[in-house]
Amino acid sequence: MRTIKCDVVVVGAGPAGSMTAKWAALGGADVVMIEKRPEIGSPIRCGEGISRSWLDRVGIKVDPKWVARTVKGAKIVSPSGNHFVMIDESKAGNEVGFVVDRVFFDKALARDAAEAGAKIMLKTAATSLIYEDGRIAGVKAVSHGEPVEIRASCVVGADGFESQVGRWAGIDTSLKPTDIITCYQYRLTNIDYDPDYTEFLLGSVAPGGYAWIFPKDDNTANVGLGVLLTRLKKPGEVKEYLDRWIARDPRLKNGQPLEAVSGAVSVCAPLDSVAIDNLLLVGDAARMINPITGGGIANSCYAGMFAGKVLAKAVKANDFSMKVLQEYEDDWRAKMENGLWRDWMAKEKLITLSDDTLEMLVEAVSKVDLEKITVHTLLAAVKETYPELVKEFEDLI
Amino acid sequence: MKVSAERCHHCGACVGSCPQNAIFMNDFILEFGEACNNCRRCIKVCPVAAISEED
Ligand SMILES: Cc1cc2nc3c(=O)[nH]c(=O)nc-3n(C[C@H](O)[C@H](O)[C@H](O)COP(=O)(O)OP(=O)(O)OC[C@H]3O[C@@H](n4cnc5c(N)ncnc54)[C@H](O)[C@@H]3O)c2cc1C
Ligand code: SF4
Ligand code: SF4
Repeated sequence: MRTIKCDVVVVGAGPAGSMTAKWAALGGADVVMIEKRPEIGSPIRCGEGISRSWLDRVGIKVDPKWVARTVKGAKIVSPSGNHFVMIDESKAGNEVGFVVDRVFFDKALARDAAEAGAKIMLKTAATSLIYEDGRIAGVKAVSHGEPVEIRASCVVGADGFESQVGRWAGIDTSLKPTDIITCYQYRLTNIDYDPDYTEFLLGSVAPGGYAWIFPKDDNTANVGLGVLLTRLKKPGEVKEYLDRWIARDPRLKNGQPLEAVSGAVSVCAPLDSVAIDNLLLVGDAARMINPITGGGIANSCYAGMFAGKVLAKAVKANDFSMKVLQEYEDDWRAKMENGLWRDWMAKEKLITLSDDTLEMLVEAVSKVDLEKITVHTLLAAVKETYPELVKEFEDLI
Repeated sequence: MKVSAERCHHCGACVGSCPQNAIFMNDFILEFGEACNNCRRCIKVCPVAAISEED
């Protein structure tokens, strides 16, 4: 059997994997990144909405090639459609967003990793971990149909929502039914809408989740929705919710699909552990998605950068035990753990609210003059108007 | 459990949701392993109703 040797094997070439590979390779690690699909970034499984502010901080240069649309802001719309909270440029500072093209975005990040020295193998699926003297020592994989062993001092699970690497290693990444949102989306063209704003529609249009319109061009958008698993009554109901909404909404009803995307996101509290000796998890594999927005690209990139930098230190110290890897746990937790907890608790509350309460809430918040709008300031506004809704986690706001 | 290749989008929603980690998916193949305890969660999760119980 073919054997490949390296310092770090990264499983999965999404944003989390490519960022880890890049930062580890920049620091001198010998990195192999494997991806089971034949093309990085395709087919997409994403609404492609991001805010702009964090890109600099993780060393990603904005490239017009992957920016599909720059939006002026976001609208959070009440169940009836009659009230909305408008988050525009002046209110959101540099948080105003892009709708990206993941097919190009993911490739750009993988290219950065390659430029830093990482090797990439496509059509290569990890199938199990290799153990040596009781220690994790790489992955077994199937590459273009042939078995291969990739021996490494550290395995990085960057294998997305479907992640198995963590569970193979005994890290409990399993999700409760109330922490899973299942989604369906079309890239819908021939629609008549406001292409300058991303839109988030709350309420029974998408029980326990929300429906979204993320602009791609003047008459094309990613139109999708996510429903909480526990609110589904029969197989395939998510797609039915989406088709029903589109048929009902005058802006969308003449739309025609260019692409259909199915998928799921985790909306759970942060995990207790995402790193053990010789293995760590990044991005969706580590359940780092924001439980309120369902967005995971930014956290995946942050985690990848933190992991990559720590792995570079591990290579220099020739020590991939928790003695060195603990710094990764510390870094990602310092950046996002409190926010994830707060937003998970807010989500636990939000999913219990009826359309009437959501209507009131959006109306009330729309009247508050906020200087800057983020999930945090929105929750603070809720705390002002409906303190009982946030009682259980007010100290996190 | 069985999957309909005609319906499946290979999105991995079922894989990540399976409490038993019993589903394996490479680029095109989706397989159910012995660890499956017929909890039916994957049937519910699948956005496009591609999974059903073996008859
Ligand atoms: C419908 C939908 C809409 C979304 N919308 C947004 C949004 O608008 N904004 C946002 O920020 N986030 C959004 N997200 C979440 C976002 O897509 C993820 O957070 C992001 O892709 C996570 O990046 P990642 O690198 O962790 O994982 P992924 O991008 O999922 O990459 C994982 C990679 O690992 C590969 N892989 C898996 N198993 C193996 C294996 N055994 N061997 C080899 N390779 C393997 C996969 O093929 C995949 O390429 C959305 C998700 C969904 C499902
Ligand atoms: S029925 Fe349950 S255990 Fe079996 S594959 Fe589906 S989710 Fe996993
Ligand atoms: S959730 Fe459904 S569409 Fe997605 S991979 Fe599983 S069977 Fe296929």
